[in-house]
Amino acid sequence: MTHRRQILLHAVLTLGGLITLFPFVWMMLTSFKGVSQMINEPLAWLPSPWRSQNYPDVLDEVPIGRAYWNSMYIAAVTVAATLFTGAMAAYAFARIPFRGSGPLFGLFLATQMVPAQVTIVPLYIMLAKLQLIDSHLALILPAIANPFAVFLLRQFIRAVPVELEDAARIDGANRWTIFWRIILPNIRPGLWTLGIIVFLASWNSYFFPLVFLNTPDLFTIPLLLDSFNSQRGGVDYGLTAALSAMTVVPMLIAFLIGQRRILNSMASSGLGGR
Amino acid sequence: MSAEPLWRRRDRRWAVVFLAPQLLGLLVFLVGPLGFAIVLSFMEWDGLGDTTWVGLDNFRALLTDPGFGRAVWNTVKIGLITVPGGLVLALLLALALHGVRGRTAYRVIYFLPVVTSSVAVSVIWQMILGGGSDGILNGTVQDLFGVTLPSWLEDPTWVVPAIAVVTIWSSLGLNVVIFLAGLATIPANLIEAARIDGAGPWQTLRSVILPLLSPTVFFTLVVSVISSFQAFDLIYVLVNPDHNEGAQTIVYKVYQQGFREFRFGLSSAAALILLVLTLVVTAVQFKAQKRFVHYES
Repeated sequence: MTHRRQILLHAVLTLGGLITLFPFVWMMLTSFKGVSQMINEPLAWLPSPWRSQNYPDVLDEVPIGRAYWNSMYIAAVTVAATLFTGAMAAYAFARIPFRGSGPLFGLFLATQMVPAQVTIVPLYIMLAKLQLIDSHLALILPAIANPFAVFLLRQFIRAVPVELEDAARIDGANRWTIFWRIILPNIRPGLWTLGIIVFLASWNSYFFPLVFLNTPDLFTIPLLLDSFNSQRGGVDYGLTAALSAMTVVPMLIAFLIGQRRILNSMASSGLGGR
Repeated sequence: MSAEPLWRRRDRRWAVVFLAPQLLGLLVFLVGPLGFAIVLSFMEWDGLGDTTWVGLDNFRALLTDPGFGRAVWNTVKIGLITVPGGLVLALLLALALHGVRGRTAYRVIYFLPVVTSSVAVSVIWQMILGGGSDGILNGTVQDLFGVTLPSWLEDPTWVVPAIAVVTIWSSLGLNVVIFLAGLATIPANLIEAARIDGAGPWQTLRSVILPLLSPTVFFTLVVSVISSFQAFDLIYVLVNPDHNEGAQTIVYKVYQQGFREFRFGLSSAAALILLVLTLVVTAVQFKAQKRFVHYES
């Protein structure tokens, strides 16, 4: 009975897995197809002949290396700055008593509800005044202001034993030393969780780059893929699929390498990056 | 009267130091723009010329515009399919996963779409859903069963389920992982006790598992509703709502009014309507949770 149930459950889960995988498989297969096959037998599953020419062709046409560099350093700077400043504010809320702490924290929580679409027009006007439109700072600076980061890290800091802090204070440590030497090392799982969420949000971000960037050399990976797709998509699926694969596969490999940590982080925070 | 202790004065200074960067960011990039958006929503401005105070005209224009009404309805419709559909599917898969040995591989596979950018997700699904009878989905179904499926991305009626399916596909893994973590916190002896008391699997699910899981479900519900109302990337890239008004949502209107027509006032007003809608729906959920969500005391 339980054996039969196991088989049934595995069958359901495998079906779900196949549906999940199919679009990726289709992307890979299409990326090896040529235009003539696409026109003559659009419903063929397998490429015939298999041709890898789509990949060098796309590399010739779009600056994908530059887009990778842009996305990478924007995400890196955003993650580092968010973790550092977020942990600072979280420490103040968790451990330093000051008047107005409660209401101020409430303000942080409330602003989490404000969608990006509400602030985008004022941000655009403001960044235009500062001559920051069409620059990466327009993406990095607003992303660092992250109330969710403060909220999440505060939870982790509250779980650090106060005795550790007291012991350090008796030894003459000030607030900054305590934060740097005791708090940060003790909230590593929280920093990992937040780091993964912020990285994914930055790496996959589309709305802000779409509005703030115009110069192709500044494009991030999603913007590059989108602009190629809207100019060339539908004409030659092979090229679009090859470009998609080049943007998607490295991320999937990175995820597979870090899957244990990433899945546990996402499960514990209970919240995705979007 | 004793003077304030030194450490207290120092602490207040430390609080300012620690809070400064995020607080500054909050004021400049969130609170300030929100206030600015509220002011803008009462004005007419293209960003270059003079500003004109128009009172409630922007809101009146939007609320009487059939196009905007359709956008509100589309937004709600997409949410009504995506949210319950996505949550129920995720719950079923999580329950199935919870019951089998060797779940790591499934967990990893289901999560792959979550780490894929929504632009890539849309581009890939465009290849599957698009192309009419030459498309892989419609063409194959036509060949095998002789059934002609609708043009998912061009037909204003069928684009909504298409968006819902792709959205669910892309976010399912996240909810499965969260539900699985919630299921792992349910003590096995409670389920065992229910079984000994003669409860069947269905009854155990209804009376033990679901109540204990309800805080997780509630949290996921709130987040799903908010992200469904605010969805932009996936729809915009998948469908191109410029040519299909079935896919025009409130967020699309915000973008279109703001950055195509440069009517900043109208765009801000639309965004604020979205914010109010989000707040109301979230508040209703929090009100309703008292009757459905079971918190352990």
